[in-house]
Amino acid sequence: MKGWMGKIKVLFLMGLVSLVLSACGKENLTALDPKGYGAEKSFDLIILPTVIMSFVLLIVMVLLTVALIKFRKKKGREDFIPKQVEGNHTLETVWTVIPILLLIIIAVPTVMYEFNLADEADAADSLNVEVTGNQYWWHFNYEGLDIQTSQDVYIPVGEKVYFNMLSSDVIHSFWVPTLAGKLDVNPENVNTFYIEAYEEGVYWGKCAEFCGPSHSLMDFKVVVVSQEEFDQWVADMQNFDPETVELDSEVAVEGRELFDQYNCMACHAIGSSPVAVGPNLTNFADRTKLAGVEEMTKDKLVEWIVNPELIKPGNKMTGAYPKINEEDAAKIAEYLMQLSPSEITIENADGGLK
Amino acid sequence: MSSATAQRNSFAAVLWDYLTTVDHKKIGKLYLYGGGFFFLLGGLEAVIIRIQLIKPENDFISAGLYNEMITMHGTTMIFFAAMPILLGLMNAVMPLQIGARDVAFPFVNALGFWLFLFGGIMLNVSWLTGAAPDAGWTAYAPLSTTSPGHGVDYYVLGLQISGAGTLMGGINFLVTIVNMRAPGMTYMRMPLFSWTTFVISVLILFAFPALTVGLFLLMFDRMFDSAFFDVALGGNSIIWQHLFWIFGHPEVYILILPAFGIFSEIFATFSKKRLFGYTAMVFATILIAFLGFMVWAHHMFTVGMGPVANSIFAVATMAIAVPTGIKIFNWLLTLWGGNITINSAMLWSLAFIPSFTIGGMTGIMVATSVADYQYHDTYFVIAHFHYVIVGGVVFGILAACHYWWPLMFNRILNEKLGKWAFWLFFIGFHLTFFIQHFLGLMGMPRRYWVFLEDQGLDLGNFISTIGAFFMTAGVIVFLYNAFYSWFKQGPAPQDPWDGRTLEWAVESPTPYYNFKQLPLVRGLDALWLEKMEGNGKLAPAEPVGDIHMPNGSILPFLISLGFFIAGFGFIYQTTSDLAYILLYGGMGMALVCMLIRSLKDDHGYHITKEELEKEAR
Amino acid sequence: MSHDHSLNPETMPQHPEKATLEGKNKFLGLWFFLGGETVLFASLFGTYLALKNSTAGGPTTQELYGLELVFVMTMLLLTSSLTSVYAMYHMKNNDFKKMQLWLGITGLLGIGFLACEIYEFYHYIHEYGFTFRSSAFGSAFYTLVGFHGGHVLFGLCWLSAIMIRNAKRGLNLYNAPKFNTFSLYWHFIDVVWVFIFTVVYLMGKVA
Repeated sequence: MKGWMGKIKVLFLMGLVSLVLSACGKENLTALDPKGYGAEKSFDLIILPTVIMSFVLLIVMVLLTVALIKFRKKKGREDFIPKQVEGNHTLETVWTVIPILLLIIIAVPTVMYEFNLADEADAADSLNVEVTGNQYWWHFNYEGLDIQTSQDVYIPVGEKVYFNMLSSDVIHSFWVPTLAGKLDVNPENVNTFYIEAYEEGVYWGKCAEFCGPSHSLMDFKVVVVSQEEFDQWVADMQNFDPETVELDSEVAVEGRELFDQYNCMACHAIGSSPVAVGPNLTNFADRTKLAGVEEMTKDKLVEWIVNPELIKPGNKMTGAYPKINEEDAAKIAEYLMQLSPSEITIENADGGLK
Repeated sequence: MSSATAQRNSFAAVLWDYLTTVDHKKIGKLYLYGGGFFFLLGGLEAVIIRIQLIKPENDFISAGLYNEMITMHGTTMIFFAAMPILLGLMNAVMPLQIGARDVAFPFVNALGFWLFLFGGIMLNVSWLTGAAPDAGWTAYAPLSTTSPGHGVDYYVLGLQISGAGTLMGGINFLVTIVNMRAPGMTYMRMPLFSWTTFVISVLILFAFPALTVGLFLLMFDRMFDSAFFDVALGGNSIIWQHLFWIFGHPEVYILILPAFGIFSEIFATFSKKRLFGYTAMVFATILIAFLGFMVWAHHMFTVGMGPVANSIFAVATMAIAVPTGIKIFNWLLTLWGGNITINSAMLWSLAFIPSFTIGGMTGIMVATSVADYQYHDTYFVIAHFHYVIVGGVVFGILAACHYWWPLMFNRILNEKLGKWAFWLFFIGFHLTFFIQHFLGLMGMPRRYWVFLEDQGLDLGNFISTIGAFFMTAGVIVFLYNAFYSWFKQGPAPQDPWDGRTLEWAVESPTPYYNFKQLPLVRGLDALWLEKMEGNGKLAPAEPVGDIHMPNGSILPFLISLGFFIAGFGFIYQTTSDLAYILLYGGMGMALVCMLIRSLKDDHGYHITKEELEKEAR
Repeated sequence: MSHDHSLNPETMPQHPEKATLEGKNKFLGLWFFLGGETVLFASLFGTYLALKNSTAGGPTTQELYGLELVFVMTMLLLTSSLTSVYAMYHMKNNDFKKMQLWLGITGLLGIGFLACEIYEFYHYIHEYGFTFRSSAFGSAFYTLVGFHGGHVLFGLCWLSAIMIRNAKRGLNLYNAPKFNTFSLYWHFIDVVWVFIFTVVYLMGKVA
C-alpha cells in the first residue's frame, strides 16, 4: 500500500490533519501517527474512507448551497408554483450506482486487511504474552519465560509479539492506539492478536471497554526496547531472587518484614510466581506510573497503601488487607521502591517517547 | 358528549380526561409531555457529564456517580425521550395523514403510553432509592450482572415495562395502517411520514422481543441466581451483546426513519414541490429497515468474532449507505427547482442534511472493521452516533414540532425565538461533537470519568463542554417558545403552511372524531391535488352518518400502575420478603384489570348524525 | 347498544370473526403479535443452543431427556391444536354448543400437557438435581421450556375466561373474534412446541 495510498496519505496529512490540528494528540497515545503494524493498517483504512466520504460531503454541500441560493423564494414570485417533478430515472440510477462503486473501493481493502491481521500462522514461533485483565489493572505472563509483570509490558522492537488475553472478572479491552487497534478481553474465551512495533518507545495503553468506576484509570504501558536490551531484561528478570535483593537502608529491610507481616504476598508476588490476585511487584521501582495513573513517588505510594480507594474507586485492594498506618506504609514503600531487578528500564526505550 | 366535556373544565376534570383518554391526539400529546420531560432530564445529565470533563482529572462528581450519569443519559435519551416523542408525533399525525378516525386499538394505545411512562418513572426512581444503574446503557454482562446494589435492577424492570408498551404501540400502528386507511389511500399514496411509521412499527415488532429476552436473562441472573452470563457455571456474556444489538441496531433505525419521514414532509411542503423520487424513497426506507437487521454485529468488531464474521458484517453495514444516499439526493432534488421558504421548521431540516451526511460519512468509517479497531468505544463513536441521533433524530423532532405545532396545539411557534433556538443549538451541536472525532483518534476511550493531564486531550474536551452550554441555551429558548406561543399567540389557522397532505385538511382545532366524513383520496399529496384542481378540499367518501367511538377507560393506567408496583416487588424480593406483597399485589392488580377489560363488554358509543349536523351549525 | 351484533343462522356472515372492523383488527393484530413472539422464541432458542453444552459438570442432554414422556406431551398438544380447529369449524357453522365442547376438550388436553411438563421438571430436579441454577445449560433449558409452558398456562386462562364469560349468551359478532384469536394463538404455541421437541429433545438425545 505504498503506491497510490501513500500519495493520498501524504496529501491528506498535509492538507487536513496538519492544518486542522497542528498536533494530532500525544505521539505515544494517538492513533493518527501509527508506529506499529496493526495501527498502520487501521490508519490506511481511516484515511481511505475519509477521503472518499469527504468528496461525497462536498458534493452534497455544493448541491445544497446552490439549491438554496437559486431556488429560495424571491420577491415577485411568492405564489410561483414549481413544476411537480416525480423523479428522474437516470439521476436516481446515477446516485445508486456511484455509491456502490465507492463502497466497493472501501470494502475490498477492508476485507483484505481483516484477513491479513487475523493471520496468526507464526504465533508458535513468536514471543507470547498472556494478558489478564482485572478490575483495574493488567497482568502479563511471558509464556515459557517464567516472567510475570503488571502494568508495564516490555517487548522487543520489530518483532511480532502475540498477546493472548483473558479477563478475570468483567470485559475489558486492550488498546495501545499508536501500535495497534483494540481487542476485547473477555472472561470466557482467550482472544489473540499481535503487536509489531516499528520504533522503540513507551506507548500508552488504555482499557477501552467499560469495566466499572475506575475504568478511566486502567492505563498500562508498552515499553518497546531493542532486541538485545529485551534479552538482557529477560535474563535479569529470570535471575531475580526476591530473597537476595540488596536493600540500602534499615527502613527498607523493616519494610520487607512488614510486607510479610501484613501478608501482602498473598496477593502480590515478588519474583516469578503464579500468584496474581493483585499486581506482580517484581520490577515495581521501574514502573512508569503508580497504579497506572499516578506519579511514581514514595508519597503517592504511601497514600495508595493507606487508602487505595482515594486513587482508584472500586478497586479490589480496598478492605482486602488489615489497616496499615502511615508509618508502616512508608517503610513498605521504601522497600518496594527498591525493587529494580534490571538495568533495562524505560530509559532504554529510545526515541524520546517517555 | 363533547359539550359535556367542554363544561367540566376544572383541573380535576382535565386530569381525569387525560388519565382515561383513548384519543390518539391526546395520547400523542401525553407522549410529547412525557418524552419532553425525560429529554430535559437526559439533557441535564449530559450537561453534568460535560462539566465533569471540562478539565483533566476533574472531581466535579465521583466515579460512581459519573457512571450512573452516563448510563442514565443514554438510557433516558434513547428509550424515554427520542422514542416516545416520535411515538407521540406518530400518534398525533399518522391517523390524520391516512384519513382514519383513530388507531385500531385505542385502549391498547393508551396502555402503551402508560407503560412507557411508568417504565420511565421506574428507571428514574432509582436516583431516589440510592443507586441508579451504572453499567452503561448497553449494560454489558458481566459488569451488569455483578454491579452491586439495585441500580441495574431498575434498568431491567424500567426497560421491560416500557418495552412492552412500545411493542403494543408498534402492533397498533401496523394494524391501523393496514386496515384503516381512507378510501383511495393506497399504500403508494401514503405520505412518507406514515410510511416510515409503518416500517418502524415492523422494526419494533421484530427487534423489541430480542431485548425482552435479553432483559429476562439479565433479570434471572441478577435476581434468581441463574447462570446465563456466569462464566464459572458455563455461562457466556457474549450472548447478551448479541441479543442487545439484535435489538439495538434496528433501534437506531426506529429512531432515524421517522425523522426521515418528517424531513420528507417538510422539504416537499416548503419547496412547494412533490417529493422527488417518492417511490425510491419508500423502497429505500424498506431496504434500510431490512438491512438494519443484518448488521448488528458491527457493534462487536472487537469482540473477537474472527475475520469472516467481521468482514460479512462490515460489508453488509456499508450497503446501508446506498439507500441512505438515495434519500439524501432525493431531498436535494426536491429542493432543486422549488420555491423555497426558509422558516424554523425548514432551518432544522436544512441543517439536518450536512449534519447527517457527516454522521453517515463516519458511519462508513466505523463500518470499516479494521479501522473500527481504533474507533470502537472511543469518542469517535460518541461523535458518530451523536451526529446521527442529534443531527438526525433531534433535528427531526424539533423540525416536526415547528411544523405540526399548529395541528397539535393550535398555535404557531414564534419564528424569531425559533431561529434563536436553532442557531444556538446548531452551533453548540457542532462545537460539542465535531472535536470528539479527533479526541477519539487521539486516544480517548468513551465512558471515561476523568482524562489524565498531559495526554493531549485538554483543549478538545474544553471546546466540547462549551458547545454543550450552547445546546442547553438552545433548548431553553425552544422551551420558552412553547410557553410563549401558548400564552401570547392567537389560535393558528387551519393549514398555515399551504400543506399537501391530509392532516391539513381537517378543521382547526381537530374535532375529536377527526373526520366528519372520511375523505376520498385521489392521489399522492391528496390535499395539494385538490388545491391544484381548484376544489380546495377533499371530496367526502361517505355520506354524513353515525360515527363509532371508543369509550375512555382508566384501566390502562391501572394496569400499568400494577406492573409498576410489581416491578418494585421484583427488585426488592432479593433483600426482603416483604417485597412479595408488592410483587403479588401489583401483578394481581394488573391481571385483575386485564380480566375486567376482557370480560366487560365495551362496545363504545356512537356520535349520531344529528349531533354532527348540530355541531356543524 | 344501538347496534345488535348477535347472530342467527340467517344473518350469519361467512366469517363472523372478521365481519367487523374490530374483528379484522384483532385478527391482524394477533398475527403481528405472533410475529413478535417468533422473535422472542428465536432468541430463546439461540440462547439455548449456545449454552446447551455448558453443563458445568451436571447431567448432559443425553443423560437427562427421556423421549417417552415428551412424545406423550407432543401428542397431547398436537391433538389440542386439531380440536381447536374443530371448534373454529363449528363457530363458522354457528353451532355454539359444539364449539364450546371442542374448546373444552382443547383445554383439557392443554391441562394434560402442562401436568406432564410439571412432572418432567419435578423429575429432573429430584432425580438429577438438575435445576435452574445448577448450570448455564440448566438456566437456558428451564427458561426456554418454561416460557413455552407459561404461554400454555396463559392460553388456558384466556380460554377459560372467554368460555365462561360467553357460556350463556351464544355467538355474536362481538365475541367471535375473541374465540378466533385464541385459536390462532393456540396453534402458535403448538408450533413452538414442535420446534422445542425437535431442537431440544430430539437433537439433545442424538447429539
